[in-house]
Amino acid sequence: MLAECGVASAEDLFSHLPDDVRLKQPLALEPGISEYEIVDYFRSRAAENANGYASFLGAGVYAHYRPVMVDTVVSRGEFLTSYTPYQAEISQGTLQAIFEFQTLMCQLTGQEVANASMWDGSTATTEAVLMAERLTGRTRVLVARSLHPEYRDVLKTYAKNLGLTIEDIGYTKSGRIDTAALKAAIRDDVAAIVVQSPNFFGVIEEASALAEVAHSAGALLVVSIAEGVSLGLVKPPVEADIVAMEAQSFGLAPSYGGPFAGVVASREKFVRQMPGRLAGQTVDAEGKRGFVLTLATREQHIRREKATSNICTNQALCALAATVHLTLLGKEGLREMAEQNLAKAQFALSELEKIPGVKRAFDGPFFNEFTVELPRSVRMVNADLLKEKIIGPLALGPNYPELSKNALICVTETTPRGEIERFAAALKKILAQPA
Amino acid sequence: MSYPESLRYTKEHEWVRAEGDIGTIGITDHAQKELGDIVYVDLPKVGAKIEQGKSLGSVESVKAVSDIYSPVSGEVVEVNETLAQAPEKLNQDPHGAAWLVKVRLSAPDEVKTLLSAADYQTYVGAES
Repeated sequence: MLAECGVASAEDLFSHLPDDVRLKQPLALEPGISEYEIVDYFRSRAAENANGYASFLGAGVYAHYRPVMVDTVVSRGEFLTSYTPYQAEISQGTLQAIFEFQTLMCQLTGQEVANASMWDGSTATTEAVLMAERLTGRTRVLVARSLHPEYRDVLKTYAKNLGLTIEDIGYTKSGRIDTAALKAAIRDDVAAIVVQSPNFFGVIEEASALAEVAHSAGALLVVSIAEGVSLGLVKPPVEADIVAMEAQSFGLAPSYGGPFAGVVASREKFVRQMPGRLAGQTVDAEGKRGFVLTLATREQHIRREKATSNICTNQALCALAATVHLTLLGKEGLREMAEQNLAKAQFALSELEKIPGVKRAFDGPFFNEFTVELPRSVRMVNADLLKEKIIGPLALGPNYPELSKNALICVTETTPRGEIERFAAALKKILAQPA
Repeated sequence: MSYPESLRYTKEHEWVRAEGDIGTIGITDHAQKELGDIVYVDLPKVGAKIEQGKSLGSVESVKAVSDIYSPVSGEVVEVNETLAQAPEKLNQDPHGAAWLVKVRLSAPDEVKTLLSAADYQTYVGAES
């Protein structure tokens, strides 16, 4: 190959680069090892992973049942290694899968159009806000403090250089957004109100009332959903103008934080301002049904700096996993999954409330997460729980200083009843000990 | 299609017809041909202030988006609402029924700086 390129060595390929920018030493790589040594290495590293622990963590990432078929389908070479479906003629499988994903997201969220997916819930929520800014021409955004702290961080990162003003709106003792504060803050310079439901504290928000407040001032309501399984039971936010969702709960393992897939779903009248890719259904020259990437003129490769987003991709494989997952569960399966989440979370709360000193923090309705107040440092309690092979709840103090005694507990259908009882017993024992 | 002499033209392929202090603005036949099938037009609202040479909106076809640069300065007094439902009119009658906006001219003399039909014809003849 070097001979074909007309050079004597690989080094010669870089001869045009200035001497002062060239690396003068070899790369710090160990010598190559055999394939089985590599497999052994990763096997032993993987064995360091915690095993046999019960976890009560959620906060934006949820452990749900994943039918084996999800991996089987997404592992198929046609899906696993295929590229972006720019050329429709050779990408009908991919495009149809994306179209099915978009359809499922609309059915779940009660919206009319959904895109081909974004990176995750945090960027989807941010893109929804930017979409609201473009639609209204306004730059003020009212954001619930009960929106996931990391989603808020991502939003602030984008807002910084886009001239958006982000204002926090607090919560009441129900755990829901403070509607009085919202009404006091809303004016005709607000682009959007952003709430999460169920919110970071696990409490379900009332979309219709919030939509009225937003619309009364010509603003849009953005509802962010981190736990999509809630839609198996909770009425979808049909009154919202834009829904931003995290699809991780559908067939994607927690995987230490990713990769996941975000969703932006909205009304058809707003579709031209929608970020990301859109798969559309059409007919070919012979009148046969076909799928294409459509409304591409919103995107960066055509509109450049005026594009609706700088995302030039989607999370196709993750979105496919979600599509397969939801297809396997079906409407009834998702409902059943949601019912188990609700039931187990209620059971967990009732067991924990029996422990002296443990109090439910918010009285609003919740799905599979709820907040409790503990009589002792959450961090110390969790350290003790870990010794019992229990990964305890998330301490809220770091993100909410006024909630320094509170912890967020998540229970899904994958948490065995026995583990909930074990957790309650362990917590009771820990709290009974002298401080 | 010929280029009507009653219109004045820009090098960015817009036209304006001045009648008194009202200017009617559109894009030329050359522009619609280059764009292909037009699917969407993004126009300003009534009351918007536009400036000669600045973008007043955009025209979208399946393959491209093009800014519309205003040939004149003024305030938008009327917008062609029919284009929202039937953007393809721009391909059919760009110099007539598919006008984009009407403005109250703030500087009527600007029209004189634009190209005549003959000059525009030469210009696009040279371009193609």
